[in-house]
Amino acid sequence: MELSPEETQVAESRRAASEGIKDVWPSLLGVVPFGLIAGAAGTGAGLSVLQTVTSSVLLFAGASQLAAYQLMGAGSPLLVIVLTVAVVNLRYVMYSASLAQYLVGWKPWWKALGAYILVDQLYALSLHRFREPHLSRPLPRWAYYITGSVLTWLVWQVAVVLGAWLGAKVPPSWSLDFAIPLSFMAMVFAAIRDRSTVLAALAGGAVAMFTATVPYNFGLIVASLAGIGVGMGLERRQHG
Amino acid sequence: MGELAIWVTILLSGLVTFYLRYSFIGFSHRVQTPVWFRQALRFVPAAVLSALVCKALVFYGGQYQLSLSNERLLAGLVAAVVAYRTKNVLWTTVVGMLVLWGLQAILPG
Repeated sequence: MELSPEETQVAESRRAASEGIKDVWPSLLGVVPFGLIAGAAGTGAGLSVLQTVTSSVLLFAGASQLAAYQLMGAGSPLLVIVLTVAVVNLRYVMYSASLAQYLVGWKPWWKALGAYILVDQLYALSLHRFREPHLSRPLPRWAYYITGSVLTWLVWQVAVVLGAWLGAKVPPSWSLDFAIPLSFMAMVFAAIRDRSTVLAALAGGAVAMFTATVPYNFGLIVASLAGIGVGMGLERRQHG
Repeated sequence: MGELAIWVTILLSGLVTFYLRYSFIGFSHRVQTPVWFRQALRFVPAAVLSALVCKALVFYGGQYQLSLSNERLLAGLVAAVVAYRTKNVLWTTVVGMLVLWGLQAILPG
C-alpha cells in the first residue's frame, strides 16, 4: 500500500519520537544525580524550596543554577550573579546559532519552546541525527527534538524538586552548599583538554583566590575574564 | 540578600538564559557566531568554574581560611583527585562530602 506524503510524515514522526527517547535515556542516568545535587545545593545555600524550584524552571541549566546558588549563598549582588549566569550560559548562543537552520519552518511559539528547552545533550544529538534522511523534514525533526528535550526537562525538574526537598530537611551543619564547588571540580577537569585549557583554569582559579576580598564577589568576574583571556592568548601564540 | 532581591535575581537570570538560547533560533538563522566568540567559548567552563571552585575552597564565611584546619580545603583536595581520575560529577561530590563530614567529626571546632 502506498502512503500519502502526510501519512509518511506522521509515520516518520512516530519513529523519530521513539528514537528521541531511545537516544536521550542514557544521558538521563547522569541527569538524575546532578539534579538531586543541584536541588539540595540550592536549599543548602539558603534558598527556599520554592525559590530553588522556580530558578530551576526558569533557567533549566544545571551549572549556571549551581553558580547562582553559590553566589546567592555568599551574598553577592544581583549584577554579579546575572553576569556570571550569562557567562556560564554563553555556549547556548553557539548552540542556538548552529541549531537555528534546522528549526526554520517551526511556528514562533514552538521556536520559543525549542529555545527554552535547549540543553547540551539534545543539541549534540540533534546536530548528529538531523543529517539522516528520515529526519530531514520539519515534522519528524520536531518530534525527535521535543520528545527528547521534554523528557530531559521532566526528569531534571523532578530530581531538583526531590533534591531541594531533601536538602531543606538537612541541618546547615551538614554543609550541603559545599556540593556546589565539588560538582564544579568534576566539570573543570572534564573541560580541561590541552595546555591552553589547563592554563585558563589555573589563571581563573588563581585570580579568584587573590581577589576574594574584592566586594560583591566581583573578583569572580575578573578571574573568569582573565582565565578566558589567558587561554585565548596562548592559543593565538600557538597557531599564529 | 533580601527575599525580593533573590526573586528578581532568579527572574533576570532566567530571562538572560532564555535570551541566549533564543538569540539565533528566534532572530536569524543565516548569521553565524564570530570566530573570536567560539574561541573564547572554549575556555569558559575551565576558567569560570575553576574560579568558583578555588575561591570557595580558600574563602568562606567572609574571610580567608588558610590553615590545616580548613576542612573544605582538605576535602576539596581529595575530591580534586577523584575529579581528575573520573571526571564524574556524582563520584566527586559524594567522595568530597564524605571526606568533609569525616573531617568535621574529627577536627576540633
